[in-house]
Parts: sequence; C-alpha cells; structure tokens
Amino acid sequence: MDKFTTHTGVGVPLRRSNVDTDQIIPAVYLKRVTRTGFEDGLFAAWRNDPDFVLNHRTYATGSVLVAGPDFGTGSSREHAVWALQNYGFKVVISSRFADIFRGNSGKAGLVAAQVDEKVVQRLWDWLDDHPGGEITVDLESRTVRAGAGEDAIEDSFDIDDYTRWRLLEGLDDIGITLGHDGDIAAFEASRPSWKPVTL
Amino acid sequence: MGKTLSEKVWDEHVVRSAAGEPDLLFIDLHLLHEVTSPQAFDGLRLANRVVRRPDLILATEDHNVPTLDWDKPIADPVSRTQVETLRKNAADFGVRLHPLGDIEQGIVHVVGPQLGLTQPGMTIVCGDSHTSTHGAFGAIAFGIGTSEVEHVLATQTLTQARPKTMAVTVNGSLPEGVTAKDLVLTLIAHTGTGGGQGYIVEYRGQAIEELSMEGRMTVCNMSIEWGAKAGMIAPDQTTFDYIEGKPEAPKGADWDAAVAHWKTLRTDEDAVFDDEIVLDASTMTPFVTWGTNPGQGAPLGASVPSPDDFDEPNDKVATEKALQYMGLEAGTPLREVKVDTVFVGSCTNGRIEDLRLAASILEGRHVAADTRLLVVPGSVRVRLQAEAEGLDKVFIAAGAEWRGAGCSMCLGMNPDQLAPGERSASTSNRNFEGRQGKGGRTHLVSVPVAAATAVRGTLSSPADLAPLGG
Ligand code: SF4
Repeated sequence: MDKFTTHTGVGVPLRRSNVDTDQIIPAVYLKRVTRTGFEDGLFAAWRNDPDFVLNHRTYATGSVLVAGPDFGTGSSREHAVWALQNYGFKVVISSRFADIFRGNSGKAGLVAAQVDEKVVQRLWDWLDDHPGGEITVDLESRTVRAGAGEDAIEDSFDIDDYTRWRLLEGLDDIGITLGHDGDIAAFEASRPSWKPVTL
Repeated sequence: MGKTLSEKVWDEHVVRSAAGEPDLLFIDLHLLHEVTSPQAFDGLRLANRVVRRPDLILATEDHNVPTLDWDKPIADPVSRTQVETLRKNAADFGVRLHPLGDIEQGIVHVVGPQLGLTQPGMTIVCGDSHTSTHGAFGAIAFGIGTSEVEHVLATQTLTQARPKTMAVTVNGSLPEGVTAKDLVLTLIAHTGTGGGQGYIVEYRGQAIEELSMEGRMTVCNMSIEWGAKAGMIAPDQTTFDYIEGKPEAPKGADWDAAVAHWKTLRTDEDAVFDDEIVLDASTMTPFVTWGTNPGQGAPLGASVPSPDDFDEPNDKVATEKALQYMGLEAGTPLREVKVDTVFVGSCTNGRIEDLRLAASILEGRHVAADTRLLVVPGSVRVRLQAEAEGLDKVFIAAGAEWRGAGCSMCLGMNPDQLAPGERSASTSNRNFEGRQGKGGRTHLVSVPVAAATAVRGTLSSPADLAPLGG
C-alpha cells in the first residue's frame, strides 16, 4: 500500500445524507473479479442526471469528497471503496461513517476523515463560493484546510490512531498480523475440542 | 464488575491485545460467497500466502445464482465467471463449497444455522453485512470487507477495536399477528439508520425471549440496518433445542460440554451497558417502510409522512427525496399504496417458519389480478422441507411463483429484478434506491403483510382480508 501523508485536491460537495453503499455502487456492477475498473459504477444511478455534481466539469478531477452524515451505510461491499478510489478519490470527509465502510477504507488506503457536522457545512458553503477549490487533508496533523484569508477553513478531523499509523507507514495489515504467528498458534492450541469444523 | 454477553464472547477470542492497538481476535467460522471473495483469494496468490484454516471456512453460492433453471449453466456470463471463480478458489485452497445444485446450497446466513455450524459463543465473519444474523445464537457475528476476508483467510484472525455495548430491552409480548420483523422495523424507525454505530447490541427482554430462533435471526439480521456492529441474543433452551441434532452440532460428551459452556453466556446481573434502549412490544403493530432507507418506516395504519413532519433539515430533505423517488404523496394512507410485486424470501425472512406463515395466509386465497408474488426459499433444504409439507402447492394454487434458493430479488444481482418505477412489498432488509432493480421502489414488510398485500394488491395485513367462506 502507498504511504499517505498529505493530499491536496479538488473538493466535491455531495449534499446528501445516508449515502449507502448501494448508491455508491449498485449490485449489478459488483460482478468483476478484479479490484479495478469499478469507476464506471460509482454513483451510477445519479450520474444519469446532468445536474449531478460529478457531471460538472469543475469537479472532473475531484479527489476529496465532502459528504453528508452516515456515509457508506448498508452493504459491506469493499467495491464501494474501490469505486471511489478507481474514480480518483483519495479522501472522503463526512461527519459520520458506517463502521464497515470506515474499516474497508482504512484497509484499502482511502482516508475516511470524520469531522464535525458544522465543518461539512462550511466546506460545502466554501465550495459553493469557490467551485473547483482545493482542499488539503493532512494525515500527520489530522487537519483539513481550504482557502486562504477571510473565509479560510482549518479544522481537525478524527481517524483512529492505528489506522492513521498504518496509512502513514503504508503497512500491510496481514504482514503485521503474520508477525504474531506464535500468539495465534498458542490460541489455536487452547480452543475447546467441541468447536465446530467444516472439513 | 460483571461482564455483558458480548464482552464475555469477545474476551474468549482475544489472541493478542496491546495498548493503543486494536485487539487481534480469533475467528471461529468464516463464511464465503462469490461476490466478495475473488479479490481476497487473488491477494493471497499475489503475496504467495496460504489459507491458514480451511477447516474453519464454509462457502456457498447465493448472491448471483438464478432461481429458475438452476440446473442449467448460468446464462449471464459475468455472474457465471464470478461463480466459477469461487469454485476454482475453493478447489485450489481446499475450502468446502456448496455450489448451485448441491443440497446444502443456499443463502450463506440460512445455511450456517441449518447445518448447526452457527453456535453460541463463536466469532463468525463473512464478507456480507447481514452476517449479524448469526448473533441470534449468542455469537459475535459481523460483516467484513474484502481486505478483511483476505486477512482472515491468511491468519484466521482480525484486528478489531473493541466496540461499545448497548442493550435493547423489549418488554411485554408482541400482539397476535405482529412479528419479529415488525419489532425490528419499529426499532430502526426509532433509532434511525445510524443509531447503533459503534455498538454491539444485545437484544433482551420478554418479547425477545419469546421469539423462535427464526424470529431471533430476523431481528439480528437487521442490526446492520441501524448501524450496529453486531446484534446478539443470549442463548437459552430455545437455542439449544434448535441446534441439537443438526448435522454439525456437537454430539455426546461434546454436546454436554458445549451446553455447559453456552449456559455461562449471559450478561451478568451487575454488568453495565454503555447505552440502553427500552421498547414495549405490546404496543407494536404491523410496520412498513415508506422511504428509501430502513429507518423511514411507519405503522401500516398510518399515512405517508410529509417533509414538514420533521424538524431536522437533513430529515426534511431526505424525506422529500425519498417521496419523490418512491412516487408517493404525503398524506396517502399506507393501506392505499398499490403494489406490483411481492417478494417473500431473503436471509431476513426466507426460512421455513416464514414460508409456513405465508402459506397459512395464502391457503384458499388468490394473488390479486395485476400483482405478482415471488416466493424464494432461503436454501435448498428450506425448499425441500416446504415441498415435503405441500407449501409449494399452496403458493402455486394462490398464483405465486415458486422458485429455487438464493438471494434473488433481495438485491437483484440475478435476473429477479424490479423494472423502473415498479413497486414491491418485500420481506428483505433493504429499501435503498435501486436495491431490487434500477428505479424499483421497495417497501419492507413482514411475512404476514407480504402475503396479505399479495392478495389485496395494496399494502395490507391479514386483518384486512375477507374471512374465507365456510
Ligand atoms: S438475501 Fe439479501 S441481504 Fe441476505 S445475503 Fe443475500 S443479498 Fe445479502
């Protein structure tokens, strides 16, 4: 996984709450057996609407999604994270993420930055005033920044310590766990014999 | 201080814990299906890794499989590739698979319990958010993403931060005709889709204890729909009776040892939950959704709400968007909403008890003229059991379509989909935009409401049906 320290990119306002993973990528797009190519299914139902934010040229190179609360609810499909990444998003900012989506993001290297609801509103308003404006997400200091001068925004975001450390270092979770092989083997030796097996 | 049920089960599975890091949890059972596993196996191959414990894995084919012509090769080439990829991966890595055509094939969350593999006190994961279903047995069971599937394949563990605990206490008894589904839809309307975020929830109280295992699975199944990490119910005699004699249940001395341990899996008297919700079952009524998330629901006797009924600006906007998508006018009585298709099935309500209930209402009645009713058993075993009891004949006589086992119209990955604008009453768990087919409009309902709706053609409960002539 690539290291993530800081990212600056075009902010995309997604003024919706409860964006579930069926909206991020509908089930019919889940049939690939690779991790790439899911960008065509991203927000598929909404992309037919010419007014949908991703259809505006201003946001064509968007990489920081600013979404309403309860982003990523519903299905566990990691394809939702891949679709966002395949499309070019590096960061999603929201005031509340569904647990599984947040976990999947951390594993796949997409930064899920949780901010106060007011910060989302301020970023939306700022993007209205500065369409195509860039947002900086600094994982080291856990801050989001946008603009300069009078209406500049700078605030902190939440991400758990462990995920932050892994993203900063670009570490592979499985590799870390395999380093604890002795602990796993000891645990396995102590399991009761009546626990079910499938083979 | 005592421990809650979830804390006991969690603590029994900690392989390693260190300050500032999530716990490393051992996983007792890993369920696989064709949609969320291919990239995980691919990752293993790329890194030259092996599956650590194939003996703790079970795979089935469910999301993509056709429910008609299931004895023929899958017609959709992309679905076929996905299923064939699972077959190849299972063969390459030595994983037990119940493919289409096998007697144990079915929806992964129906198959685990019916085999007796789902047992109290276990940790169970699957690349599917409705893994929470298995919590009905007093297991910690939750959905994971594909990277985590890969992690479990390689290590049989997961790194997990310890969730907070919540009790949902449901006092009193459910009135006649009100089901576990109505209970959980009522709860979600109360909490919203994010209310359980970060919690493992324990459902308890008289109404929960009185539920059958099927009903408990329905409740736990929908834990994810209000954001909970997992939902659990303490195992009791109902649980033990359900498991005893199942193919993979412990036998002889092992059974006694297992039950002795399972009986310790109860929240201690002096344990403290981080949060609690208390509900009264005796006031509950048939409950249906009107919107595009499972929290947008109301009693069947109510009317479609108006955006003005909500104070929060987000709720106003969400309601407005939902009504527009659903093609509903505020103020319309829900009973007058006309339904095109009724779907009985899914891991929420596709078990034998559900089919018996649906058949008991449909017996001697007929599906309304321009309504279609699809009955899809959750597994091959459920289908065979239903046929042995003659339920299939009742469905067919009533004008329903009787199908093969799978997820089917729950998510419309196979050909069972709604057309744009088509309206369904569905016993499944998600009413998201387009969930059952692009442009489709879903009302989540209980099994009795589904059956009665099929007969009347509008959202209805059995109480609305004319009595059968004697
Ligand atoms: S029946 Fe529906 S919710 Fe259940 S596993 Fe299948 S697709 Fe998921």
